Amino acid sequence: MKPTAAQRKAMYSDIVRSREFDDRVLELYFADKMPVFDLAKGVIPGEIHSSHGQEPCAAGTMPHLTLEDTITSNHRPHHHAICRGLDLNKLAAELMGKKTGYCAGKGGHMHIYSVEHKFSCSGIIAEGMGPAAGVALANKMREQDGIAVSYMGEAAANQGAFHEVMNMAGVYTLPYICIIEDNNWGVSVSKKASTAIERNSERAASYGVYGEYVEDNDCDLIFEAMSRCVDRARSGQGASILEIQTYRLKGHMHGDQMAYVPEEEVAAMKDCVIEYRNKLISEGVLTEKEAEEIVSQQKSEVDAAIQFGLDSPYPDPEDAFQNTYAGVSK
Amino acid sequence: MSSERTLTVARAGREAVMWEMQNDPSVFMLGEDVFAFGGVFGTADGLGEMFGPDRILDTPISETGFIGLATGAAMAGMRPIVELAFVDFIGVCYNAIVNLAAKHYYLSNGQVKVPMVLMLGSGGGYNNGAQHSQSLLASLAHMPGSVVVTPSNAYDAKGLMHSAIRSDDFVIYSGQKKVAGVGMLGTPIKTSMSVVPDEPYTIPFGVANIVQEGTDLTMVGVSWTVHQCIEAAERLQSEHNISVEIIDPRTVVPLDRDAIFDSVKKTGKLLVADEDYQSFGFTGEVIASVVERDPSVLSCAPVRVANPDLNIPYSRPMELRVLPTADRIVEESKKMLGL
Ligand SMILES: Cc1ncc(C[n+]2csc(CCOP(=O)(O)OP(=O)(O)O)c2C)c(N)n1
Ligand SMILES: [Mg+2]
Repeated sequence: MKPTAAQRKAMYSDIVRSREFDDRVLELYFADKMPVFDLAKGVIPGEIHSSHGQEPCAAGTMPHLTLEDTITSNHRPHHHAICRGLDLNKLAAELMGKKTGYCAGKGGHMHIYSVEHKFSCSGIIAEGMGPAAGVALANKMREQDGIAVSYMGEAAANQGAFHEVMNMAGVYTLPYICIIEDNNWGVSVSKKASTAIERNSERAASYGVYGEYVEDNDCDLIFEAMSRCVDRARSGQGASILEIQTYRLKGHMHGDQMAYVPEEEVAAMKDCVIEYRNKLISEGVLTEKEAEEIVSQQKSEVDAAIQFGLDSPYPDPEDAFQNTYAGVSK
Repeated sequence: MSSERTLTVARAGREAVMWEMQNDPSVFMLGEDVFAFGGVFGTADGLGEMFGPDRILDTPISETGFIGLATGAAMAGMRPIVELAFVDFIGVCYNAIVNLAAKHYYLSNGQVKVPMVLMLGSGGGYNNGAQHSQSLLASLAHMPGSVVVTPSNAYDAKGLMHSAIRSDDFVIYSGQKKVAGVGMLGTPIKTSMSVVPDEPYTIPFGVANIVQEGTDLTMVGVSWTVHQCIEAAERLQSEHNISVEIIDPRTVVPLDRDAIFDSVKKTGKLLVADEDYQSFGFTGEVIASVVERDPSVLSCAPVRVANPDLNIPYSRPMELRVLPTADRIVEESKKMLGL
């Protein structure tokens, strides 16, 4: 299934929104960590893995998912969260550890949970797969609608959980899709140095599931490939691995200078936001003016969200003691 | 004659690795991001260039695989050093640690040795969330068969690393991230830096360091909490004229129970500080080792300052509440001393 003009505009709007958010986060992140760089300092502390360059992987796949479907994300969750439609205010506030954030400050950048969006993420590599496949299993057992999708990087395919979960997804014919965003790097280790085969989607054959590779970081191509995977999942044909060639434009985390990435590779990296904008304009889907309007609209929503986060209060230190157990009281 | 050098913990540990690699061809390193990146916390900085990819091996994100591989290489007579950046990741490879590396020597009745070092980065205090901030010291120290070293300063870091690499035992070298003194975590903690001799030297396992002598109260800390104890002791001294003795066991397995007991015998009071979850952990173990021997040496109930059994929240005010900071140590000490 090809995206309609309206869907294409919406995908453009989504990648812009995600990019604007990451740009503002980046700006804020470094604003108050100097002169001696310290992860512990500033309004947004800790590690931040931005989604710069990988936005289409989320924008092109999410339009196929409904609120009955479940998503697990990884350590690089902003584009997934934003394209899933999570509230920018609560997202910004969680990154700042504020009381108004999605998890009232307990989670942070790598641990955003929104029950309403059936969205969660986790920072342990490939460990989002099991829970996603588990939701798929539960839905299947109860004959409920709803499929499950996990997002991860190409390096996560070398983790034991990948093999274990994909095998079970094959055995139980689960309505589950594993999306692999191949940005060619796991921190400082290139795919070539860590992975015995060229294409992770080819591993699908070992689990008896469907595999597809999207060779360009393009919303339209990703949209089409995802429609095939989703159709299979919804019609009882089981799981898929969808592998997408993408680009990590800002290094592994903020502060990573990417000294280990060859210059030619950096030079060849394409900026999906610019590419897609040009494509839509040249195909007459979008005018320059409309594109500008989208950008300024998203910018102002992102600015408002950041301001909301900044204006929000911190949690009370004693809040740390809440919610260790659901039933047991200590 | 060598000039005096003050090094960070990461730098000092790395120096020992470098020397051992230069002098023993059976030593090699493997782990995530060691070759080009020099280890996420600087533990292998520059070693890739120095020794090449055949001795500094980048691995896939396959922890159960590469710790298993290292175990095998050690059984075959090599001396692997494994880098696992965050202790939090032991969840995905705990079997290789607990059931392989830590058990082969015993199960083979002493026939099969596993001379391997597993380097881990532990601890929080920089708002990195519940899966990248844990200490998990008890989870490492609880099982028999592994030595667990926990350097708090550069001098110990180097000597313990030499000992670890030369040891015929499986050694877990648990570095605290903020103690390491790496670039991304701000200015290194002053008391973690030390003058480090150029030449190699070893520090025996199971011998505590008396960081400072005192008469009113014994504090036992480990790694980062040693520095929290030092800060707390300074404040108690200057504000209340309390004389604190601080013990740094340097290795938690084996634990220098004698040094701790002797100190408590002298001061009559014991406070133990640890970043790990409190229950079933280091603090209880230290207290038990005193009480079991002679409870009468204590003039009041011993006190623990640890993580109050909570997952580590991301948000700064909540994380600070959970950490065993100097503030909490001072507060608890004052209660103990009736101040
Ligand atoms: C089990 C585990 N091992 C190691 C890490 C440290 N780590 C965090 S992200 C990362 C690289 C992940 O690469 P990839 O899966 O390709 O995702 P990308 O960062 O490229 O988006 C590593 C090694 C971790 N979080 N969990
Ligand atoms: Mg990657």
